[in-house]
Amino acid sequence: MFQRLFQWLDERLGLTSIHDVVLDRKVPKVNWWFTLGSASLFLFLLQGVTGIFLTVYYVPSPDHAYDSVQYIMNEVRFGWLIRGIHHWGATLMVLVVFIHMLRTFFYAAYKYPRELTWLSGVVLLLATLGMGFTGYLLPWNQRAYWATTVGTEIPGTIPLIGPFVTSVLRGGADLSALTLARFFAVHIWFLPAVIAATIGLHLYLVIRLGISHIPDEND
Amino acid sequence: MPNSPKMTRRQFVTVIGAGLSAIMGTIVGLPAIGYLLSPALEKQKGESWIPLGALEKYPLNQPTLFTFTRAKKHGWEKTVTSYGVFVLRTSETQVRVFSNVCTHLSCRVNWKEEVQEYVCPCHDGHFAIDGAIVSGPQPRPLDEYQTKIEDGNLFIFLKEA
Repeated sequence: MFQRLFQWLDERLGLTSIHDVVLDRKVPKVNWWFTLGSASLFLFLLQGVTGIFLTVYYVPSPDHAYDSVQYIMNEVRFGWLIRGIHHWGATLMVLVVFIHMLRTFFYAAYKYPRELTWLSGVVLLLATLGMGFTGYLLPWNQRAYWATTVGTEIPGTIPLIGPFVTSVLRGGADLSALTLARFFAVHIWFLPAVIAATIGLHLYLVIRLGISHIPDEND
Repeated sequence: MPNSPKMTRRQFVTVIGAGLSAIMGTIVGLPAIGYLLSPALEKQKGESWIPLGALEKYPLNQPTLFTFTRAKKHGWEKTVTSYGVFVLRTSETQVRVFSNVCTHLSCRVNWKEEVQEYVCPCHDGHFAIDGAIVSGPQPRPLDEYQTKIEDGNLFIFLKEA
């Protein structure tokens, strides 16, 4: 029964060939450091799911942001768990993505023909840091407010265009409702879209080119 | 178990992988359902006895307006609703309390001393001193509250929708 159902679907969807191409690839002998890419992908999906759940109650307005986070933490059932996973998952994701980059660097896996995999990885690392930066403001507490004040002040030191960059980030001269709204938009729409698309490219290249072996005495 | 006849290494990894996924899915999935249903599962305490003060301060046979507000919490936001009731003391110990909400379309009625009736300003509904319909489009008499008197203080029983 299930066999026949599977065959019916497989014939139309090509499930077996997808499995063969995507998962049943030849890989060199690797170690645990090579699991960090999958771990990054898992954390991105986890952040996506918990983030979607948080938007059910979170409101990105100075009048309600702090109170709605307090509501999630203290009154919504398992709100503490969903936000806790999102909070710690964010920190862990930055860590895992960064170590993933270090592994690629120290094993020299960024060389020919994998330059584009490395470059798309750079985009992913920067976008992940961007997620951390924009997400930090959203609870709208003192720490969030002043961290973002300082964080948007830093590009202000760039010669000539600095103050303009700061006001683009803040949506005006001061940190305000506009800052919160645009950080929220970047956090839940712009950056996730960039990350999802770049992950697509990154994985396509990993599947197309395979992964490089650990350097040995012949290299 | 590299040479186990019962299970290959690949099968073992598949089973362990599926098992761990199921456990993690349950740990995250079940609370997620509770998370979404949460506000629907909260019980709003909609019933309470509202104190209207000492009974003796209300004049006999003279409807007197008493207003109060009730705050309701929706998530992180408070909504304040104002209520108005007419207290009609019919004897030393007896009292009737009517809502000032017109039963037609929920405008607020006023007590008109000169005609001895409650009059609704919206569609000219008239109610007698005991809340009964005199004239107008309203379908039923003014709503009346359940009352109690404790230590000379008047209370009404409020059920919020």
